[in-house]
Amino acid sequence: MTKRLAASAVALAALSFLPVRTPAQDAPRQPGAVYDADKKSEAPAPAPKRDLTGVWEPAAGPSAGVQATGSGQYPSDGKPEHELPFTPLGRETFKAHKPTFGVTQVPSALTNDPMPGCNPQGFPRVVLHNFRTSRIIQTPENVVILYEFNKKWRVIWTDGRQLPKDATDPTWGAPDPPESRWWGYSIGKWMDDYTFVAESNGFDDRTWLDNAGRPHSDALHVMEQYHRADRDHLEMTITIDDPKMYTKPWVAVKLRLRLQSPGFDIREMECAPIETEEYNKQFADPAAGIDAK
Amino acid sequence: MRHKFGTRYLWLFALLLVAVPVLAHHGNAAFDPTKRVTMKGTVTEWFWANPHCFLQFDVKDESGNLVHWVAETSNPPDMINHGWSKSSLKVGDQVTVTVIPVKNGKPIGRIAAVVLPNGQTLDGGFGAISDQAGRNGGSAGSGGGSK
Repeated sequence: MTKRLAASAVALAALSFLPVRTPAQDAPRQPGAVYDADKKSEAPAPAPKRDLTGVWEPAAGPSAGVQATGSGQYPSDGKPEHELPFTPLGRETFKAHKPTFGVTQVPSALTNDPMPGCNPQGFPRVVLHNFRTSRIIQTPENVVILYEFNKKWRVIWTDGRQLPKDATDPTWGAPDPPESRWWGYSIGKWMDDYTFVAESNGFDDRTWLDNAGRPHSDALHVMEQYHRADRDHLEMTITIDDPKMYTKPWVAVKLRLRLQSPGFDIREMECAPIETEEYNKQFADPAAGIDAK
Repeated sequence: MRHKFGTRYLWLFALLLVAVPVLAHHGNAAFDPTKRVTMKGTVTEWFWANPHCFLQFDVKDESGNLVHWVAETSNPPDMINHGWSKSSLKVGDQVTVTVIPVKNGKPIGRIAAVVLPNGQTLDGGFGAISDQAGRNGGSAGSGGGSK
């Protein structure tokens, strides 16, 4: 772990958690889900050791992890406190991106977002854009996270392997440098019995960091921290470190998750080109002023 | 296309040259968040799928002519969270629809609320943010296959 990220990790551990959004009165809810508002008077139960497994839902409500205007901690709203620490290249690349949400949004006909049409959003965009109900599975060799959003999954290896050395010289178990991945390469370990930390690199730079067009380069290094606060709660923190695009690491997401029943059915949220095409034809294109030929 | 770690944008330019209409990725820019239009109409299609559901309905204008509207909601998981189902509407249902219209004047919009045939009122799945849109100009919307 780099020194920059280690310092960030220590700082993050001391921070309290706040929900990305708080539920409004008569807030929406997934049928069958349990939220913190349902258990206000319940005392926290002891956390199991070294255990992330289960179905996890944002504790404040089903939309608490939905970040349409960009990173939950730094939405693209033009406010000074949400300005990211761009390098000159980072700012130039951000300006070149034309998202359909956020303060730099453009009409859909002008977007250059790589994600529409069911292209992979990759990691970390899946958690910086739509963190929804997710299942975590642990094996002796890895942690596997299954994400509801576009029905994706990824693997965090816990078998002691190291990440590719750096973005220009990956050496992950192959004689030739492996290719970049939409989802990167991830490893993880337990810092103590209740805190699991993962690191990732090797990202395909065709993806965006979030839905507001924040950029990343091939030097992106993502740190995740999962703190099992008690039996029912997992505190997820995602930190972005990309020295080509940002002058310092920044915390993109802090989300408190609540454990659901083991039998909770995670809804299918698949991106099907045939359905996207119909939506574009019937709605999105006409709304953007694109007439059918 | 896989490539070694590196920055290559040639594919992006090619994509923009040939595929912009296919990749129309809607957002908030098309809508006028300060306006609401409420109409009574007849459902002609209720499309339940990612990235967003949409409702097609016919409305009689003041001259008695039928105007065909199409209005989107959020995605199916969000809609379920807001009390909807795939069977909430069917062709022929009489509904009252409140939309946030598009700026280009076409009969297209984003659903703020629908009064169903049974009298129940449901929102468009965008929740409190879309309700606030007219007041603070903020963006609406949640996730989906292409958003």
